[in-house]
Amino acid sequence: MFAYVVRRIIATIPVMAVVALVVFSLLYITPGDPAAIIAGEQASPADIERIRASLGLDQPFLVRFGEWVWQLLHGDLGTSIFTNLPVTTMIAQRFEPTLSLMAVTLCLSIAVAVPMGVVAAWKAGTFIDRLIMAFAVFGFSVPVFVIGYLLAYVFSLEFEWLPVQGYTPLSQGVGPWFENLILPAVTLGCVYVALIARITRATMLEVLQQDYIRTARAKGVGQHDILYIHALKNASVPIVTVIGIGIALLIGGAVVTESVFAIPGLGRLTVDAILRRDYPIIQGLVLLFSFLYVLINLAIDLVYTLLDPRIRY
Amino acid sequence: MSAPTASDLPPGVAVAPEMPTLWPDVRLQTGIAGFVRRHPTVAVGGLLLLMMLMLAVFAPYLGTVDPTALATARRTRPPSVDNWFGTDMLGRDIYSRVVYGARVSLTVGISVATFASIVGLAIGLFSGFVRLADAILSRVMDGLMSIPPILLAVALMALTRGSVSNVIIAITIPEIPRVSRLVRGVVLSLREQPYVHAAVASGTRTPMIMLRHILPNTLAPMTVQATYICASAMIVEAILSFIGAGTPPIIPSWGNIMAEGRALWQVKPFIIFFPAAFLSVSVLAVNLLGDGLRDALDPRMAKGL
Repeated sequence: MFAYVVRRIIATIPVMAVVALVVFSLLYITPGDPAAIIAGEQASPADIERIRASLGLDQPFLVRFGEWVWQLLHGDLGTSIFTNLPVTTMIAQRFEPTLSLMAVTLCLSIAVAVPMGVVAAWKAGTFIDRLIMAFAVFGFSVPVFVIGYLLAYVFSLEFEWLPVQGYTPLSQGVGPWFENLILPAVTLGCVYVALIARITRATMLEVLQQDYIRTARAKGVGQHDILYIHALKNASVPIVTVIGIGIALLIGGAVVTESVFAIPGLGRLTVDAILRRDYPIIQGLVLLFSFLYVLINLAIDLVYTLLDPRIRY
Repeated sequence: MSAPTASDLPPGVAVAPEMPTLWPDVRLQTGIAGFVRRHPTVAVGGLLLLMMLMLAVFAPYLGTVDPTALATARRTRPPSVDNWFGTDMLGRDIYSRVVYGARVSLTVGISVATFASIVGLAIGLFSGFVRLADAILSRVMDGLMSIPPILLAVALMALTRGSVSNVIIAITIPEIPRVSRLVRGVVLSLREQPYVHAAVASGTRTPMIMLRHILPNTLAPMTVQATYICASAMIVEAILSFIGAGTPPIIPSWGNIMAEGRALWQVKPFIIFFPAAFLSVSVLAVNLLGDGLRDALDPRMAKGL
């Protein structure tokens, strides 16, 4: 068990190394002169040179890469071209809203999607099943900002039940904080719910055909206990896998959701950085989100061993 | 000749009683009606997609005006007889922009699906057959897959000038590992099949085995994957344009129209509504096509999802 955990943790190191290498190489493998593109159309040659030097593009690839990795290992993601602040500081300032949004979305989505998938599998082939699966297809097809504007229009402008836009920090009370996050979380969660509900239904359908389910039914276990205790527990591994993989969707969606609902988080930071072509910030954000994604999936792999004692590598 | 009756038969021979029909009276439906009945999702998705394709191809003949023509006197007009979907902040006709926008969306979706499939297939086949390359390529693909696709596309777009071809490249790169993993998986499982061993034993060269015995088996799952990639590419293209990292604003794409309507969405929601509806319907069409193809090509999955 301990050996497995250690091996699994070590296995993420090459993945992270490749991520770092890919993100770093982007500056070198993209065609054209990145310094000129970042500087913009009206930049003077001196501006371009300044940006080239600040990105380290005037140094050889390997020298610069070594320096960059060394800084990265010391928690230094470079300096913003536009504000001259360290990228880590700028990310730290914007971290709370994004973390809140993701956490609320994650909890809401799992709480809704898993029962949906279970009910769809239980009532397979009926109207309810079709309805849930139709929702899943729509969830995949309607882009996140469309859902966002639709929800904001209906619930904030028409009914005036919820605040239209903005974010209230958690320190100002849980109530206002949550009120501001409901619509963004539902918006962001739609794709995620669709994904989890689909995989839950598929694995549950498989599990419900097993002999031990028939045995449970024969000895008189209630429907609820069969579904949620006997079946769901055995269907949990693929579901948890998808919850982990789907976090990539949440990260991408958060960028858009935050600009729709004017939440001052990392997504807004990304959009602002794009508009100013502030590449060090984009690079830092891509690295941060990728590492988070790898670590979350590592944690999930380790949780498997708790969920399913049969897994021993 | 009529059926023998009891009187025709020699004595002692009995006629078997007529058997009841065990098969219910099913007429095998053929032709278009049969296809629609057996694969309703493919039919609906295909039809919707075809309509969008027609829209894109025949954009100049569908009562559109120049989608970039400014008319500052008629800004942000609501939908009317003259401007079916209204006009935007610069007085441009939204209907024309939406119809022309179909070109960008479909071009991006189809190109990304095609390029990602071809490159992914090549990498997948190569890493499935060459052990040494597999070790390296798989690590690289794992790394690429760990970067959230939209962020990788954003990073790529930040370093290049906005153009439709750069958008296509930026969306294709994150999708490649999804195809190459799929193909690699198929290759690895097929390599151990008796018929492949037989081909190896009879002296077939590796490239021939790839081409004749492995490649055809990867096509079905790859087609399904390609439709899903097409659907997600259309969404990512719209997202990139929406956050200002996509096609240049001069090109009317659905994402650009929505990006321009963003500031006014509370008072003029129609600017966002129409491109959003067209985008959603197109993506839905491609997704339905993908689901239908998956069920049709892989009956094992039909039961599951």
